[in-house]
Amino acid sequence: MARMGFFTDTSVCIGCKACEVACKEWNGVPDDGFDLLGSSYDNTGGLGASTWRHVAFIEQPAKANGDFRWLMESDVCKHCTHAACLDVCPTGSLFRTEFGSVVVQDDICNGCGYCVPACPFGVIDRRSGGTAVKNGGLAQKCTLCYDRLGAGMTPACAQTCPTESIQFGDIDELRARADARLRELHESGVAEAQLYGHDPDDGIGGAGAMFLLLDEPETYGLPPDPVVTTRDLPDMWKRAALAAVAMAAGVLGAFAGRRG
Amino acid sequence: MVPEAEFTSYYGRPILKASPWQDDIPAYLFLGGLAGGSALLGAGADLSRRPALRRASRLGALGAIGLSFAALVHDLGRPSRFVNMLRVAKPTSPMSVGTWILTAFGPCVGIAAAAEVPRLVPRPLRGLVRRAARPAGLAAAALGPAVASYTAVLIADTSTPTWHESYRELPFVFVGSAAAASGGFGMLLAPVAEAGPARRSAVGGALLELAASQRMETSAGLAAEPLHTGRAGALLRASQALTLAGAVGTLLGGRSRPLAAASGAALLAGSACTRFGIFHAGQESARDPKYTVVPQRERMAERGD
Ligand code: SF4
Repeated sequence: MARMGFFTDTSVCIGCKACEVACKEWNGVPDDGFDLLGSSYDNTGGLGASTWRHVAFIEQPAKANGDFRWLMESDVCKHCTHAACLDVCPTGSLFRTEFGSVVVQDDICNGCGYCVPACPFGVIDRRSGGTAVKNGGLAQKCTLCYDRLGAGMTPACAQTCPTESIQFGDIDELRARADARLRELHESGVAEAQLYGHDPDDGIGGAGAMFLLLDEPETYGLPPDPVVTTRDLPDMWKRAALAAVAMAAGVLGAFAGRRG
Repeated sequence: MVPEAEFTSYYGRPILKASPWQDDIPAYLFLGGLAGGSALLGAGADLSRRPALRRASRLGALGAIGLSFAALVHDLGRPSRFVNMLRVAKPTSPMSVGTWILTAFGPCVGIAAAAEVPRLVPRPLRGLVRRAARPAGLAAAALGPAVASYTAVLIADTSTPTWHESYRELPFVFVGSAAAASGGFGMLLAPVAEAGPARRSAVGGALLELAASQRMETSAGLAAEPLHTGRAGALLRASQALTLAGAVGTLLGGRSRPLAAASGAALLAGSACTRFGIFHAGQESARDPKYTVVPQRERMAERGD
């Protein structure tokens, strides 16, 4: 099975939030309240247990003509090649599907919450509300519409996107498309266009959801240089083993020598 | 005064998610250390024939590990599904590794402690428990240092800047803190004539903790900042004062019963403050995008992209 994923081209996003709505509808993601956040048209805030697509809105003074420009970006789980959430999950609830995506099995997750601080993008979260809420107390995030993929369908967000800002497909093909789009934009003078998550040599081994951005990643609330925390895990175990040996030697050594 | 770092963010919102963990988790970090250290002291006391220190340490280890277990289960989003932890054994998940360590450690500690209270053991089992106590206590002692040190990996293996960036020193801070706490516990409960090893181990642990914390400050870079500010800063200042006072008190007055008890209590409190302080500093570092963006940008600049 080829690895599937998203390429989100923010240069054609119109900020309609149809992806946010389609995602909630299809996946039965519960309402998590409404707030006026005072951040342009973004009243969603960010990705979380009950927000699996999030459209960011940024109003900026344009560099070119003294006017201002909109930046809009539909964010989603990166379905990392080296996924920290999956690595640290102690129950095996998080798993890698046959499509290369990273999915939580709701009937196995026990809500330990370890995946939440592990994710370098702040994507996955534990749903609050306890058992009164659907999947309350469990880790929740984008599934790349695992159920739809199984039936040969496109994920709900990509299906509904009216401008094809969200494109779904084979990762290698999307990467080629992203490269071509970047070249096109650079040639037409949009020098600030850059790709994000497309490089298989980055700190997460490349994302299953890549982006074309018109500003630096942090402007959109994305980490500029994410690294999977488990990259350092062998080193961590070594340091912990050293410390354990030091402790055993120290405490037992305290029994040596004269009595008293 | 260090100049404020310049960085861009999305409306100042966090990039990372802070762990959803409540105070159960730092309490567990403390109790796990106390249990691990006490198991070691209990076995040492058993072999060196110090019955009062043995009894205090074995019972202390059981109490601490029992409360740890309660804290861990309580913190789950679905406590009834705790057993799902036992579906898999995953070396890439420190929580999975820790669960298996605790699964082996708990019963050993339980048997060793049961031998100290034979009246509570059903009569037909008493002989068995008495004979099994020493081997079980030794097994618990073998696992104790792992119980005390793996928790450092547990929190360091995250994207939380303060925890991850201090992964090199954190295990040493934690085992030092564990030795100080368990030594302090022994001093609090055992008579001074038997508590010599508890005193030495407590002082050694306190010094290790203080030294490793110092080093952590420099190696964590910007991510060390939350260790000094707000609630975490206050907790860690208290921890330093209590640990230092406990160590000095032990050295100067460890042979006086009241002073030994006061020093032991100070060391226990210091160890708890260390864990809560480091926990809250990490939570804070995840909530402020500065600690995500600035170090990553520096890293990129060093690489030249
Ligand atoms: S972005 Fe976060 S939640 Fe998504 S796969 Fe990567 S680590 Fe897991």
